[in-house]
Amino acid sequence: MQRSNTDVWVGLFVLLGGAALLFLALQSANLLSLNFDKGYQVSAKFDNIGGLKPKAAVKSSGVVVGRVDAITFDDKSFQAKVTLSMDKRYTFPKDSSLKILTSGLLGEQYIGIEAGSDTANLAAGDAISSTQSAVVLENLISQFLYSKAADGPSTDKAKP
Amino acid sequence: MSWYKPSELGYNVRGKLTDMGFGARLFLRLLASIGGALKRPGLVRDQIHFMGNYSLAIIAVSGVFVGFVLGLQGYYTLQRYGSSEALGLLVALSLVRELGPVITALLFAGRAGTSLTAEIGLMKAGEQLSAMEMMAVDPIQRILAPRFWGAVIAMPLLAAVFSAVGILGGWAVGVAMIGIDAGSFWSQMQGGVDVWQDVGNGVIKSVVFGFAVSFIALLQGFEAQPTPEGVAHATTRTVVMASLTVLGLDFVLTAMMFSI
Repeated sequence: MQRSNTDVWVGLFVLLGGAALLFLALQSANLLSLNFDKGYQVSAKFDNIGGLKPKAAVKSSGVVVGRVDAITFDDKSFQAKVTLSMDKRYTFPKDSSLKILTSGLLGEQYIGIEAGSDTANLAAGDAISSTQSAVVLENLISQFLYSKAADGPSTDKAKP
Repeated sequence: MSWYKPSELGYNVRGKLTDMGFGARLFLRLLASIGGALKRPGLVRDQIHFMGNYSLAIIAVSGVFVGFVLGLQGYYTLQRYGSSEALGLLVALSLVRELGPVITALLFAGRAGTSLTAEIGLMKAGEQLSAMEMMAVDPIQRILAPRFWGAVIAMPLLAAVFSAVGILGGWAVGVAMIGIDAGSFWSQMQGGVDVWQDVGNGVIKSVVFGFAVSFIALLQGFEAQPTPEGVAHATTRTVVMASLTVLGLDFVLTAMMFSI
């Protein structure tokens, strides 16, 4: 097969396209920081998960230590069952607790994990029992209204 | 050719069906021609050079300006909600998922598709294709296949260049001109763009558009009436049909890929 001048230009074009793809993959999608290790899985039950979605982060002190793998509904206890895939590098005590938190005022929801004091660590397949549900704005408002109503209407006028 | 004459309805329906069948048969033959195209890579290389290299300038310049506009408009909306750091994410996602593949395909239909149609239509008008058949050279294998595969290869590369250059354009407006923090521009982007979900699906889209645009251009050229007017009509039809097909396919692909 003979080579010609066009080869150079076509090669350059293909190289440029490849470089653009690489740029998209590395710079905009950050392929290098992806972790392909599955880690170990633990599960937890929440009364209400709010707007939590699969792939949401699990953070401890703000550092991502895992991801939400799956969210299912348990029709025996009528609770949401969340499966977490934790990074292998980090271990947590068995009695750690989970909270559903929101990043910023309107940001996406993530799970915060707070370490307990047990000497044994979480292993694959464990269930975390101490959980705190997402804050639902409607519940918060109704609690506020009920507490206002319970206080009685004359709280302001009673004090001169 | 008039649909409102009932006496000609059957004839016209039959004609449309024949066109569709011919198109489908040509598409299958083009797909099957990959073996022949690989045996003579020089032909495909020349087509990539013609369609890819020469389209690079228009693609890159359009990409820069689309990136500029996305940066300006995105900033205008985002700063109302106090989240102008998310500009990087907005620019990257809209380019990689939608605008990159779609605008590249539309430009490609205008820049390269028309020239394919006109070239093949004129070859047909000059009876070059018939002459090849007389010499037992298959015009589909020798003329159409290298153009088809050249376009299919060039399209995703062009779309990637468009998206990458567009992100740089968005960076130029957002970070260099307006003064958003460069770190949050990139980190928001890296946090929100997924390699397979967003970049990968954008590449799949552009490959599909490459098949669609080049096939429509070749079919219109191959079916053109062998007259100057026929070639002119075929070229117009290429642009109209390719653009509509790309936009329609984009909706279908988006619904398939990004629905949860």
